[in-house]
Amino acid sequence: MTSVSRPIIEAEHLSKTYTLRKKTGRLKRERTTVEAVRDLNLAVAEGELLGYIGPNGAGKSTSIKMFTGILSPSAGRLRVAGLEPIRDRKQLARRIGVVFGQRTTLWWDLPLRDSFALLHRMYAVPDARFAANLKRLVALLELEPLLDTPVRQLSLGQRMRGDLAAALLHDPAVLYLDEPTIGLDVTSKAVVREFLAELNREQGTTIVLTTHDLDDIERLCRRVVVVDHGTVAYDGELDTLRARVAADRTLVVDLAEPVPAIAVPGAAVTRIDGPRQWLAFPAEANAAALVADIAERYELLDVSIRDADIEEVIRNLYTG
Amino acid sequence: MVVYALISRQAFRRYLTYRGAMVGGVLANTVFGVIKAFIMMAVWRQRPSIGGYDVADAVTYVFLAQAMIGPMSTLNNGLDIPARIRSGDIGTDLFRPVDFQTYWLANDLGRAAFSVLGRSVVPFVIGALLFHLHLPTDPRVWAAFTVALFLGVVVSFALRYLAAMSTFWLLDEKGVVGMATVVTSFFSGMIVPLVLFPGWLGQLARLLPFAALVQLPADVFLGKRSGGAVGTGYLFEIGWAAALLLAGRLVTRRARHRVVVQGG
Ligand SMILES: Nc1ncnc2c1ncn2[C@@H]1O[C@H](COP(=O)(O)OP(=O)(O)OP(=O)(O)O)[C@@H](O)[C@H]1O
Ligand SMILES: [Mg+2]
Repeated sequence: MTSVSRPIIEAEHLSKTYTLRKKTGRLKRERTTVEAVRDLNLAVAEGELLGYIGPNGAGKSTSIKMFTGILSPSAGRLRVAGLEPIRDRKQLARRIGVVFGQRTTLWWDLPLRDSFALLHRMYAVPDARFAANLKRLVALLELEPLLDTPVRQLSLGQRMRGDLAAALLHDPAVLYLDEPTIGLDVTSKAVVREFLAELNREQGTTIVLTTHDLDDIERLCRRVVVVDHGTVAYDGELDTLRARVAADRTLVVDLAEPVPAIAVPGAAVTRIDGPRQWLAFPAEANAAALVADIAERYELLDVSIRDADIEEVIRNLYTG
Repeated sequence: MVVYALISRQAFRRYLTYRGAMVGGVLANTVFGVIKAFIMMAVWRQRPSIGGYDVADAVTYVFLAQAMIGPMSTLNNGLDIPARIRSGDIGTDLFRPVDFQTYWLANDLGRAAFSVLGRSVVPFVIGALLFHLHLPTDPRVWAAFTVALFLGVVVSFALRYLAAMSTFWLLDEKGVVGMATVVTSFFSGMIVPLVLFPGWLGQLARLLPFAALVQLPADVFLGKRSGGAVGTGYLFEIGWAAALLLAGRLVTRRARHRVVVQGG
């Protein structure tokens, strides 16, 4: 293997158009098309942990379905691990792992242990390799007490851990995660995040992570791709994104008594609640000077400054 | 191969967990068997021999047909494919490194095996206790019947697979599956033996693949097909199985390129 090899995921001018037939009358049917993905370009290097984000309906799941070989592109070129997903579906299947937060890939009525045994044979994982992987994953994801429980009896968080293990038993080179933390509580989210970070670090597994929980992204990903209306709206470092879409910071001041909206240059009041006021000011402005300005004219009891969080940054990007 | 055997075994076990649902089926199949047996006896009282069947053959046929409702899944599609297409779960089956159609065949064989034990034996045994049935004494006939039954299940799968795959295009399988089960029940000899079909209809029915589901295995069981005719029967079943499975493969390929996996 060469280290400067080609990207493990390579999409060029990728498009997917859905055709919908809507009943408009007793016999009439109208055809409409939805361009779910259009002219999408993406290159993911081996070992990357990529945040693949965007608003509802942006085309994230559609592109992941194409990357995994379960949906054929309408146009464009796509290669994953050197393979053409639809044509080389079975070969590709051995190289990838897939987890959907919304649905399980396990067999509903089988205990986890049996699902894993079935995957062992399906993916033709060598026995020793399988035993070692299973042991490692069971320990990391704390699955031991759940192994004999049918999947339908698992809680969402437990099931998600089971799904993660199932997706990794065959040492996939790429792991796709479509909203893996949806509906999980804080503790379960932390377990999943910790696990993904370690997987990426220790095993070098390439991970493509789709999520609406921007905490996931902040904690895990250096690179993010923002998809909007089926195409890439931003591709780069998370920090650069934050800086590029300069969202305002917020200064919260507690005054001695209620007063009309404070008038200071370089800041605007966005909200007043009794003696407390919220002021928006540009991210690059000097907060200390602003506070000093206010303190000169009003009696200040307390101040706090809130950074724009990534959620806001991304919202600005979508609407901007 | 090993993996498909394991898939069958796990499917068998999966159905085992739902054995509660089986009791109703067993009861219905038995009761209708008894009713149909009385009707056949009335018909045969008018004419003691029809198409080479005497009254014991006819009543035995009734309970064989009732026993085959489960394994041949003549009254419903029996495959999870339509539900999984509608929910989008079918996506999971598509990113497994196994052949899609063979995966479902393996599942269906597990289901059928469970069905023989769970849904076939009891109605047949009750029928044998209540009526005089024509049971083969030669173990070779039982063996030949088992093979015909197995091949019949494969033909039945191949037919149901085609119906199920239509969901990829129509998103609602009820129409196609409903039609398929009506045609299947009629032409397989499920409702009445094909020997009762008049003239050309009877001849046509015996050439269609549906005959492999009930009539043909029953004929082997009743000794109406023996020696070389058993071999020809097998060839008939294998021929249809191959043709229909091939059609299923073409449909699968088309589905994979043309259609959509639901759900986000
Ligand atoms: N099976 C389908 N048939 C028709 N249109 C579809 C289908 N699946 C998705 N779409 C449309 O394609 C677009 C992209 O959907 P997709 O599921 O890829 O979005 P997403 O980015 O995953 O959104 P979300 O964050 O809500 O999961 C949407 O406009 C959606 O309505
Ligand atoms: Mg989605």
